[in-house]
Amino acid sequence: MKKIIAIVLSACMLFVMAGCAAAPAAAPAAPAAEAAAEEPAAEEPAAEEAVVEEAAAEEPAAPAEGLIKVGVVNNPPSESGYREANVNDFTNVFTEENGYDAKFFYSIKNDEQLSAARQFITDGVDYLLISAAETTGWDAVLKDAQDNGVGVFLFDRMIDCDPDLFEAAVVSDMAQEGETAVNWLLSLDLPEYNVIHIQGAMGSDAQLGRTGALDEQFESGKMNKVVQQTATWDEGEAKKIVEAVINSKEPFNVIYAENDGMAKGAVAALDENGITHGVDKDVVVMGFDCNKWALRELLAGNWNYDGQCSPFQAQVISDMIQTLQNGGTIEGLNDAKQIISVEKGFDAREITEEDIAAYGLGE
Amino acid sequence: MRKSKASVFFANNSQLLIPVIAIVILVIFNLFRDPSFFSVSLGTNNSGYPVFQGNLIAILNGASELVILAMGMTLVTAASGGQDISVGALAAIAGSVFVKVIKSGASISPLLVAGAFLMCCAAAMLFGALNGTLVAVFGIQPMIATLILFTCGRSIAYWINGGATPTVESAIITAIGGFIPGIPVPTPILIVIAAGVLFWLLFRMTTLRLYIQSVGINQRAARLNGINFVAMKLLVFIILGACCAIAGVIGVSRLSLINHETLLINIEMDAILAVAIGGNSLGGGRFRLVGSVLGAYAIQMLTITLYAMKVPSTDVKAYKAIVIIFLVVMGSPVVKDAMDRLLKKLNAGRESSAGKAVE
Repeated sequence: MKKIIAIVLSACMLFVMAGCAAAPAAAPAAPAAEAAAEEPAAEEPAAEEAVVEEAAAEEPAAPAEGLIKVGVVNNPPSESGYREANVNDFTNVFTEENGYDAKFFYSIKNDEQLSAARQFITDGVDYLLISAAETTGWDAVLKDAQDNGVGVFLFDRMIDCDPDLFEAAVVSDMAQEGETAVNWLLSLDLPEYNVIHIQGAMGSDAQLGRTGALDEQFESGKMNKVVQQTATWDEGEAKKIVEAVINSKEPFNVIYAENDGMAKGAVAALDENGITHGVDKDVVVMGFDCNKWALRELLAGNWNYDGQCSPFQAQVISDMIQTLQNGGTIEGLNDAKQIISVEKGFDAREITEEDIAAYGLGE
Repeated sequence: MRKSKASVFFANNSQLLIPVIAIVILVIFNLFRDPSFFSVSLGTNNSGYPVFQGNLIAILNGASELVILAMGMTLVTAASGGQDISVGALAAIAGSVFVKVIKSGASISPLLVAGAFLMCCAAAMLFGALNGTLVAVFGIQPMIATLILFTCGRSIAYWINGGATPTVESAIITAIGGFIPGIPVPTPILIVIAAGVLFWLLFRMTTLRLYIQSVGINQRAARLNGINFVAMKLLVFIILGACCAIAGVIGVSRLSLINHETLLINIEMDAILAVAIGGNSLGGGRFRLVGSVLGAYAIQMLTITLYAMKVPSTDVKAYKAIVIIFLVVMGSPVVKDAMDRLLKKLNAGRESSAGKAVE
């Protein structure tokens, strides 16, 4: 009898511990609940294999014939304005009207993404679309997909694996974003460039790409580095960095912030210290990401430039899927099987309301 | 034996020695580096109003959120013997509620902003009460209890926002986070002063300090003396909730923007550090708000100093760590005891030589 009680108790403990592990894991996905609620199976990514199969069995047969079954594994929209737009883009393109039976899963954790991807394969999706939380650990799942005849597309983020394991990857070239911005800055042909460079979180893709091109200018001596400091995407820190420069009385005429929020922080410091900024003013202000509110600052002439990092990859992938469905082959890939998103840079002197509506993120 | 006034003062305030030394060292270092570092000038902002400018103002202004959180954190530390690590997340929630309510109105009136502030205060105090209940009623370690909100708080803030970075453009908001037209002192500094006066009055006019300290020193003894320790612990967490609301509103108003991911990120660690540098025991009991406030300003001064020195991005945290290790070691019981012994020896030596002189 005691033994039985002991076994039951230890089973309970195991269950509780599993619950503990799942609770924080579920928390970051909470904002994605709206989307996930439509897909009950995706809510419990940490569930065990047996449960997964059960869920799959319970699932009703394909609701309509002729729909292409797609599983999308992405990061949660709460991650950033970029991700929010990215998530919306995919939910808007992969709809029933467009001929898709799409399921979505969001998590910032690689292991949760992996089990969700496995589950999608078990569910028998035709295509798997992945924006991975981490670049490693995906080989087994992608191999699994290949063995089951599931076509894999990567978007936004690359995975470290054999290119044979996926059909194509639609990604941004962050270095190119930086180059576009720096070339624009050079095109202004200012008599001198004294640049305050506010960096994002050190080591992130966006930071590395957006820093690279500017660093080249600093090294060549074409531009003068007044300060180069990371605010780790924090608007408030960006303001403090610029305040420190202003109070050191060192002259500067360009603020190159690696995202919109930090540019806004920098501008707040300028405003409080009575330094003018924007088109034909003392200081040139540059940001990235193209939030709608930032583009409106451009339109008002308060900022000068905003670089895009396109979150719109769904249509490109949808087109490629249609090509494959019609028996064609995908063209226009580079050696790494990538398609680089076309990215714009907006100039305050040329931006229009239509641009803001078409390319602005958020509200 | 008669002691000089100064030595009595230091004996009573030895707790404040470390933050004062830290600030003095940073001041001297900066003056040495740049004699005009702390100069304040009266300039004009882009709205055309006269405002004070300079590093000193930037430090006092930039530390505002940290100072307010450090004060609340001191009380929680004193009463519960633990720290609340959810203050940054809670400030993000409060900021989100503030923006949400303001955006719900057709036009932004002072009344609406006041209402929004009360709403976000209520929300933050409610979450504070939740933390407090876990700690006071269920006896959970404060760090574990607040870990829950630390983990999910920013997601809740996102959910309230309903988007990544909502913005609010209004002269009233700019006045809260920047300058009130015609007043050259940044509003956040004024808010900190108001909060400080409020706390001072609270402890002056009530026996709250005694109650909090006795709960922190010995909970059972406090109960035997008729102090409701559950209510006390709950109260300090609710007060900290209100502090989070104020800090969140300042943070949001500075930039007219709420970013749930970055608003006051990692501030919980700085707030705890401020309490520690301020000479308060992290194990609870006796506390001095002034110490934490000075600690907070010291941390801010350090940050601004590193920015002004143009320390490379990748090295900032390492430099900060070195200074903090130094401060914490200086304030540690071992070093303190050694210093005390050294002082006594010096005093004894002086007295004996003085005695000889009299002879």
